[in-house]
Amino acid sequence: MSEKSREVLEEEAKALLKDSYTAKERASLPVQPMPSQDPKQRIHNMDEVALGYTDSQALLEANRCLNCKNKPCVEGCPVGIDIPAFIHHITQRDIKAAGDEIAKASLLPAICGRVCPQENQCQLYCTVGKMHKDIDQSVSIGRLERYVADTLAKENEQSVAKIAPPTGKKVCVVGSGPASIAAAADLCKAGHKVTMFEALHKGGGVLVYGIPEFRLPKAIVARELAKLTAMGVDIQTNFLVGRTRSIKELMEKDGYDAVFVGSGAGLPKFMGIDGENLVGVLSANEFLTRSNLMKAYDHEHALTPMPQISKVAVFGGGNVAMDAARTALRLGAQKVSVIYRRSENELPARKEEVGHAKEEGVEFLLLHNPSRIIADESGHVKGVELLTCELGEPDASGRRSPVEIPGSETFYEYDTVIVAIGNNSNPLIKMTTEGIETTRKGTFVVNPDTNETTLKGVWAGGDIVLGAATVILAMGQGRKAAKAMNEYLAK
Amino acid sequence: MHRIIEKEQLSAEVFRFKVEAPNIARERKAGQFIILQMGGDYNERIPLTIADADPEEGTITLIFQAVGESTHRLALLNVGDSIANLLGPLGKPTHIENFGRCVCVGGGIGVAPLYPIVKALKAAGNQVKVIIGARNKGLIIMEEEMRKAADELIVVTDDGSYGRKALVTEPLKELCSTWAPNLAVAIGPPIMMKFCALATKEFGVKTVVSLNTIMIDGTGMCGGCRVSIDGQTKFVCVDGPEFDGHQVDWNNMLTRLGTYKSQEAMAHHRCHIDLNIEEGKA
Repeated sequence: MSEKSREVLEEEAKALLKDSYTAKERASLPVQPMPSQDPKQRIHNMDEVALGYTDSQALLEANRCLNCKNKPCVEGCPVGIDIPAFIHHITQRDIKAAGDEIAKASLLPAICGRVCPQENQCQLYCTVGKMHKDIDQSVSIGRLERYVADTLAKENEQSVAKIAPPTGKKVCVVGSGPASIAAAADLCKAGHKVTMFEALHKGGGVLVYGIPEFRLPKAIVARELAKLTAMGVDIQTNFLVGRTRSIKELMEKDGYDAVFVGSGAGLPKFMGIDGENLVGVLSANEFLTRSNLMKAYDHEHALTPMPQISKVAVFGGGNVAMDAARTALRLGAQKVSVIYRRSENELPARKEEVGHAKEEGVEFLLLHNPSRIIADESGHVKGVELLTCELGEPDASGRRSPVEIPGSETFYEYDTVIVAIGNNSNPLIKMTTEGIETTRKGTFVVNPDTNETTLKGVWAGGDIVLGAATVILAMGQGRKAAKAMNEYLAK
Repeated sequence: MHRIIEKEQLSAEVFRFKVEAPNIARERKAGQFIILQMGGDYNERIPLTIADADPEEGTITLIFQAVGESTHRLALLNVGDSIANLLGPLGKPTHIENFGRCVCVGGGIGVAPLYPIVKALKAAGNQVKVIIGARNKGLIIMEEEMRKAADELIVVTDDGSYGRKALVTEPLKELCSTWAPNLAVAIGPPIMMKFCALATKEFGVKTVVSLNTIMIDGTGMCGGCRVSIDGQTKFVCVDGPEFDGHQVDWNNMLTRLGTYKSQEAMAHHRCHIDLNIEEGKA
């Protein structure tokens, strides 16, 4: 994030560029901030907030990397990208080679470079950050990854995967989100005939219905799916496995030799408090799906209506809550409050997203927990009652648990409530497939080494296994499963 | 793409389409529904009931009322045109067994989804009496099909322009007291289902209703369709669409159905102008 314009940042970076640096110079190069749209303007549009590094910025940031021998950052990457290697190619101004290096491990750099929580992954382990005792000083690996992917896309120079000769085996992938995309690509590369079944009318899963345009432009998702189609994956939309066809029928009647289930965590949780079904209470999934998938933010063209919102309370503190809050601002809300029961330190959302939300004017009501939602005489939300909390002992998750202060109920006026406290697993496949065992939370039980489910020939990965996780973890699971499936199919 | 192979206008704003949808035709059972989207970025997803299906021919029959912009645009399609997106079959199928005596009540276009249920109940060995009703004669649909499928058919209209002048609840109450049905099924406008459930409750007749709430994805993901059933929040798309009518919180459901009333009224008016359709002619 930076208040300076992209042009100014380019000039400043250019002034510091040299052909070679001493170790000391390298260590003192400033972290390159992400050029961003001005907060005052961006809350009136849906365009991407982070604009991407300029060439000189990328070159300078790449030169901050020490190219450590032991590569601690790679340990933090769920798909094991050789990070120092791709960054080294950037310093050599060979972006194509950098892209090829990333492509060995990741299929979706343009997406992961944007939405991965790098501060908890690769950048957490970065030696430069450790040296400065400040994680914000780590090399901006994610931003460099995005730079590589975007540069190549602009030059239409995407690395096309090599496909093995046809094996004659037929596999299908359930869902078209990140886990399924990763699995489909690896299965396809091995020479199997891959069909991808998506329930919605557009592919991409959470990348399309959940993550807003201003954080992940949908054109990028479409580009990644087009790559799959070009490889030979048959993407069938409007196909709900479990209803349009059961897994058993797919395997026994339609001749699929193996199935990967990446159906996601699509069943929104509610809190079970009074007033949750009032008019004006929406799950974050519903609110974001209306806006993202159905394009309801575009009042001129979209037929899907959006509720008229003015004062919005968002329950929850994760990335989805930030997405919902920031979308609400862009839809014209006068006031948006994120209501979270712990303190700022415990907010599960990425620091960068919290920062963006604050810049845009989202209010944070921390250490508050909703106790009920109150209606006006027409059954519409008129406000919420919140209890004040204080932090107690750490709970099972290691975070200090919130303790409600009795008698602290206070009424706050809102006309819209968006519930963003997470998702349960979608029960449909479990309901319609005998032999698939699930945990008490409804996630699929899998072999941790192979991601195979308890039903022979069926693998699973992503949120249906992990509960709500991240794009890159889902991709990692898709790849792990595909590897095991490829071994199984080779037998 | 799903080609329309038959089109029939059943009344001023009610249409019947037979559409190619082999996957849905093959799997669908009584009680299930579909979601339709007419392509592109901006069209909405709308849930519609399935009135009939022919797995051999690979077709399903949709009966819908042109009430909003999307259904009006849909009504303008003709034989040979295609519908871009159809998802289904969705929801849990009707629980069918030999209950003994069943009374099935259909109001307005609710008669359409009732038809496969009547057929399935008959096939399971039940005695089935059917009551169908509408505001006036012009809005009565599927009378012939129902007469063939049911043991007895009672037709009512609000204005008495056809059949008996009554609300469906009147013959329903009479049958409850004289015939002692083991099961009632009621499908129609929410307010009709609410009063049917109230009527049968007095007689202790178990009553199944099929809810058509606001929905986007239809797969459990958005939660927009949620209703309160016996104090528990349920999703119509995955837990329903059929529920015990005596357990539905009707007032909450009716209020939620009105969420977008002002936007919908504007859209209805606008599309009559944009699409150049006279009011009352779809």
